[in-house]
Amino acid sequence: MSEIVTTTHPTDPLLRAERLPHIWCPGCGIGSVTACYMSALAESGLPLDQCVVVSGIGCTGRVAGYVNLDSFHTTHGRAIAFATGVKLANPRLQVTVFSGDGDLFAIGGNHFLHAVRRNTDLLVVCVNNFNYAMTGGQAGPTTPRHSFTTTTPRGATDQPFNLQHLAAALGVVYSARWTALHLRQLKTSFSQALQLHGFRFVEVLSPCPVGFGKANDLGEGIEEMEFYRAQGVVDRRISPAEALIEMSKSTPLPLGVFVDPERQGNGQAGPAKGADGVVGR
Amino acid sequence: MTRQEVRLAGFGGQGIILAGYLLGKAAALYGGQHAVLTQVYGPEARGSACNADVMLSDSPIDFPEVRHPSIMAVMSQEAAESFLPSLVGDGTLLFDSDLVQLDWPGRRFGVPATSIADQLGRRIVANMVMLGFLSATTGLVPPEALEEAIRTTVRAHTIELNLRAFEAGYTRGTAA
Amino acid sequence: MTVRQAHQERVRTGDHFINGDVACAEGALAAGCGLFAGYPITPSTEIAEHLARRLPEVGGTFVQMEDELGSMAAVLGASWAGARAMTATSGPGFSLMQENIGWGVLTETPCVVVDVQRPGPSTGLPTQTSQSDVMQAKWGSHGDYEPVAYAPASPQEMFDLTVLAFNTADRLRIPVFIMADEAVGHITERVRIPAAEALPSSSRPRPTDAPGNGFLPFKAGPGLVPPMAHAGEGYHIHITGLTHTERGYPTNSAEVHDRLVRRLSDKVLRRADELTLVERVWLDDAQVAVVAYGGTARSARQAVRIARERGVRAGLLRLITLWPFPGAAIAQLGLQTRLVVAESNLGQVAREAERYTAGQVYRVTHAGGHLLPPEPILEAILERA
Repeated sequence: MSEIVTTTHPTDPLLRAERLPHIWCPGCGIGSVTACYMSALAESGLPLDQCVVVSGIGCTGRVAGYVNLDSFHTTHGRAIAFATGVKLANPRLQVTVFSGDGDLFAIGGNHFLHAVRRNTDLLVVCVNNFNYAMTGGQAGPTTPRHSFTTTTPRGATDQPFNLQHLAAALGVVYSARWTALHLRQLKTSFSQALQLHGFRFVEVLSPCPVGFGKANDLGEGIEEMEFYRAQGVVDRRISPAEALIEMSKSTPLPLGVFVDPERQGNGQAGPAKGADGVVGR
Repeated sequence: MTRQEVRLAGFGGQGIILAGYLLGKAAALYGGQHAVLTQVYGPEARGSACNADVMLSDSPIDFPEVRHPSIMAVMSQEAAESFLPSLVGDGTLLFDSDLVQLDWPGRRFGVPATSIADQLGRRIVANMVMLGFLSATTGLVPPEALEEAIRTTVRAHTIELNLRAFEAGYTRGTAA
Repeated sequence: MTVRQAHQERVRTGDHFINGDVACAEGALAAGCGLFAGYPITPSTEIAEHLARRLPEVGGTFVQMEDELGSMAAVLGASWAGARAMTATSGPGFSLMQENIGWGVLTETPCVVVDVQRPGPSTGLPTQTSQSDVMQAKWGSHGDYEPVAYAPASPQEMFDLTVLAFNTADRLRIPVFIMADEAVGHITERVRIPAAEALPSSSRPRPTDAPGNGFLPFKAGPGLVPPMAHAGEGYHIHITGLTHTERGYPTNSAEVHDRLVRRLSDKVLRRADELTLVERVWLDDAQVAVVAYGGTARSARQAVRIARERGVRAGLLRLITLWPFPGAAIAQLGLQTRLVVAESNLGQVAREAERYTAGQVYRVTHAGGHLLPPEPILEAILERA
């Protein structure tokens, strides 16, 4: 291990260098997604002192601990509700929620629904790795059917959430799905979302070799990345409803921007609600 | 220490709570007395029996609940039947003679509050008629204090009507 | 929807005839509350309703959240964005808030939580009165911590103690509880709101150094309360519910954890004398002293007065602060008098009082549903005299 790069990386000032190395496993995608978000943020022209990241609990919940911004690592499931308070108390802040599929859509699912209903001015980033990774690989709300986890030893039986369909049906302003391999497209989505107002959603599929990949023969992180490359399909004709993830080599993995101001995923006209559908602002 | 326990009762929608509120407010803010208003909170809806209890005193009030009212004003038959047993034996009973028929051996004064309110144009102000009547017959709270409470509480465009209803009730009371 | 511009006064100086819930809401406004996040629940709902109308008039924000979990989380977030923030609830909602209250304790987030108590367990008697969440206020969230909780006995105190709660919350950087009861929340009495400049006010300790100079958000001085930088001020703070260093970063160190949790407790306990408010009524020559608080204290005062009229030397120790527990006052009283604790639960304060007295404390209790009347308290006084 003598080939450690010692020059400064462009995103170094955007991260809390003194906290590195991070806790994420080799092959995990959360670090790449974090760096990608921070580089989009740096290029956005938004004043970084006014940018806030709020996380819940779990592997992605640790993102707040590494970004060099005002950042909050809150309780399990409550990141969106906490962020709602931050945003309403100081509307000048750009508030992004970073959390995982279990945090945002199981224990915290109700807050997602209602923050979209209020069209709260938040960007919510969900790193979807199909399992509860920090506790050792249990089934979560996006675990594909028939997948093996420590709590689905015979294969998952429940229908997983299609997060793009959910977000579109609720009426978000913007919704996209990429993988931790599609960092260029992901950065573009972050940039687009950062310029919009109202409730914006970005889902990033991430390898979790330890918690999910190994049990489901997806191999190491690099092999899961290869799976994303082979199966990933960007096709604007695929509707959010059709964007279910099956994680099988015989089905496509629908990616792309599913909702934006030009393309309302729920078939309705553009966002009618003002940002912060809240009395007093 | 003099203490008066007052119970106003009728059915939901008659403005019983408002009448109780005005009585307490007039006493506490404009009448130099101590007053507590308590209401029973329950799942009952408009139309069922309801009551507002006001305790008046010349010294601070500790236990606030009205349990043995010495003055009771009832504006519905159902309320009269439910609450009359709580009136103390020598208590004073006021009732809307349009809506209530009952026997009470003690002091009793009837006023056709509903028909007076009808004549004024709005049945909804029958509660103000009763309040004026109560002020005159019991002398509990001076009419000026109650009128001030009305002026500072009800919506601006209804002040005049409410005051007329109050005065109509008061006039009836002085003759009672 | 159109919103009226901020044109109304924040502090409604003057005399009002309002119920305890409304008085609490006016207290929040007078204290400068900038955000209320809540979820409707009897018997606290009037607080939310009143603030929904009033907060936007004075430039504040009202948000009705989807549940009490979210309400408490939003209050914490608003506090870190610089606002004085509050929520109001009753037992079932207070239960749901407990995890985030713990986050508020560990991250030293000032905020006010009002619990207008109703009888539990569970849904219990939703529209009736009770004082059965006293121990929940102390022990509701997991882990060790020392809360501050006040028990108002009148609409006037709903106003006064709400103002005080915001000041205490900011001064100590803690969640502060108003442990009201339905009887006090729902009775209507005169409330005197002082002039704005006459209201007591204290604020959060704030950083004195500019950002970029290695600010340590959890480094406390001798007062044990660290300065608080808000989001958006350039300090790039990191705030976590994990045990953290003075820099705010997570650590697995048992030593850091012990030091942190002790400091969080000590910053309250070292101020117990000033935080612990009681009212002493006719105690100087009392043979029997009733200990009571909240709505029940009104009944107790009446019972004591009647006992005095009958020649019994009775007195009342009214607890205004429930936590930190006024143990010193009770211990002292226990040396001179026989104690009767009257409360609308099955002995939560009585049991605590016994920890401070040698003899057994006589209990007058009721599980809730109606305001404990003066008669059983009077009976206990006469028996113990």
